[in-house]
Amino acid sequence: MQPIIQITQLSKKYKDADSFSLNDFTLTINDGEIFGLLGPNGAGKTTLISLLCGLIKPTSGSFTINNLRYADNASQIKKIIGVVPQEYALYPTLTAKENLLYFGSMYGLKGTILKQKVTESLELLGLLKFADKRVETFSGGMKRRVNLIAGILHNPKVLFLDEPTVGVDVQSKNVIIDYLKKLNQNGTSIIYTSHHLTEAQDFCTNIAIIDRGKLFAQGTPQKLIETTPKANNLEDVFISLTGKELRDDV
Amino acid sequence: MMYKLAMSVYKEFLLLKRDLGGVIILFVMPLVLIIAVTLIQDATFKKVTDAKIPILLVNNDNGKVAQSVYDNLQKSDAFSVVTKIDDQSITEKQANELVLKGKYQLAIVIPANLSNDLQTKIDQNVNKIINSFTETDAVKKEIPKIISQKEVKLYFDPAVQMSFKNAVMSSVDKMISQIETQSIYATFQDQMGESVASFEQKSFITFKEIIPRKDNIEIIPNSAQHNVPAWTLFAIFFIVIPLSINIVKEKNQGTFVRLRTNPVSYTTVLAGKTIMYLIICMLQFYMMIAVAVFIFPKIGLPSLNIDGNLFLMSIVALFSGFAAIGFGILIGTIAKTQEQSAPFGATATIVLAAIGGVWVPVFVMSKTMQIIAKLSPMNWGLNGFYDVLLRNATFIDILPKISLLAAFFIITTTIAILYDKKKRTV
Repeated sequence: MQPIIQITQLSKKYKDADSFSLNDFTLTINDGEIFGLLGPNGAGKTTLISLLCGLIKPTSGSFTINNLRYADNASQIKKIIGVVPQEYALYPTLTAKENLLYFGSMYGLKGTILKQKVTESLELLGLLKFADKRVETFSGGMKRRVNLIAGILHNPKVLFLDEPTVGVDVQSKNVIIDYLKKLNQNGTSIIYTSHHLTEAQDFCTNIAIIDRGKLFAQGTPQKLIETTPKANNLEDVFISLTGKELRDDV
Repeated sequence: MMYKLAMSVYKEFLLLKRDLGGVIILFVMPLVLIIAVTLIQDATFKKVTDAKIPILLVNNDNGKVAQSVYDNLQKSDAFSVVTKIDDQSITEKQANELVLKGKYQLAIVIPANLSNDLQTKIDQNVNKIINSFTETDAVKKEIPKIISQKEVKLYFDPAVQMSFKNAVMSSVDKMISQIETQSIYATFQDQMGESVASFEQKSFITFKEIIPRKDNIEIIPNSAQHNVPAWTLFAIFFIVIPLSINIVKEKNQGTFVRLRTNPVSYTTVLAGKTIMYLIICMLQFYMMIAVAVFIFPKIGLPSLNIDGNLFLMSIVALFSGFAAIGFGILIGTIAKTQEQSAPFGATATIVLAAIGGVWVPVFVMSKTMQIIAKLSPMNWGLNGFYDVLLRNATFIDILPKISLLAAFFIITTTIAILYDKKKRTV
């Protein structure tokens, strides 16, 4: 398989921070994978996603997406990536359709193609009959689904998902996961962070466990379970690698 | 790029449309503002006003000077004179207390024997002059009675403004000087006898205001001409508050984060906001002009005369709108919460209005404040409007002012873009 993302010695230290949030981090993600980035709070997952999406700049190191160095090809890369942030990044007073038409247009989609894409996606995620309702009236699960559609309207080659199922009911979660699997089958590589380890174990084809800005382990869920002593599932692997102590920080 | 810009403008339109209360406030409050302020300030422009200020006159003199002061004050359009309370003549002590309590804004106390002493003093001076022409060394000189200087006392309510105090003091001073001059002329005439033709007591020097003309028609300023541009500008600058809140909201609800991952520049996003809010500024402007032209005469206010000036006024409004929007974008970009942006935006707008001459004309400010006033975009806009409405200016005349407004927009927006960029290098 071809690498879709290559991260080389990437480091990030925030201003006024005592330590690196991401420290000399190297990782390769292959095309077509559903790649899970797992780690406790403060491990560096969101920092890594923010760096890969271009929201923040690295302190050192580099990365490529689809063989393009981000530092030199930011605008090209933005066209082929999709981002689904953890928070509902939507306009609450606009309808679902208006939100999606706007965000779709920012990817250069227009006219019938854009309208068709919005309608199809809303239908697939069970929201078509709510298309003309304001997002502020939606439940958490419905907002999550609109949030997801806003990031995938342009059929991205790489999709970054930051906790896409947090705070949603089982029904919404299943719809989201099924939709993401279809998307992956159609050629979109998915990079995903989550605290739901069972969900990650079922969903991901490859997993990296990170903590304190460093890569602790990488492999398929099955391989990670097999190579960790006394581990029966991904949660055992996670606890074995990252420990049991609380990670509260301010 | 153009398509993304158009969609950004449309999105801003939808966001505003959904906040109907906000839109009503944006359009109705400026109208309430100009009507209220013009109604209040209109009285100062009128020669005859229904609202006379009651003042106390304590007459300890009971002579012709006090009578003359009373007559002059009664004749004035500004005051109604109160000399008795409960049918009793007012004493100085009583007047002092009433003014200090704020029941009256002014008390004038005419000292005892003012008329007699003034006449005696004038007689002495006139005699001295006439005698200097007629007397010889042999004539025995009469020693004149010593007359001490007299004081007309003015008691002001501590709450009255300095401008009111100065205007009253100047009027009283003028009134007393006239009485003195007339008494001197009369005394000369008495002393010199009937052989001398009577003196012409009318002022030799008079004032005449030359009013600017446009196409041979006099441009007479009225309260609308002064107030509408000033408060229109003030309202245009209040766009800073909803715009900065809009930007802060976008940051807090995560939509800005999403947009930053999209292939669209921050400049395009800001341009979408600029165009939509500029449309609002211009609509506000035309609504206020329409109210000043068509509604003002119906509520007893003078109509705003915009004959042939609407185009240039629109240009000044457009660039003022740009300046206000640039400022709003900067505040919205720097502020982290609505609690920061809204009060700061409101206060900053009021400060810019104050130093820009919206409330107090710049020429009455101190030297330092006059220099600071020149740094306020509201001062540039206000002068642009006055140039067009009251000074018969051409496009070339207003060019420096609108260039400054444009530069203000460019500078504030550039700082906002650079600040945003810098923030991302956290």
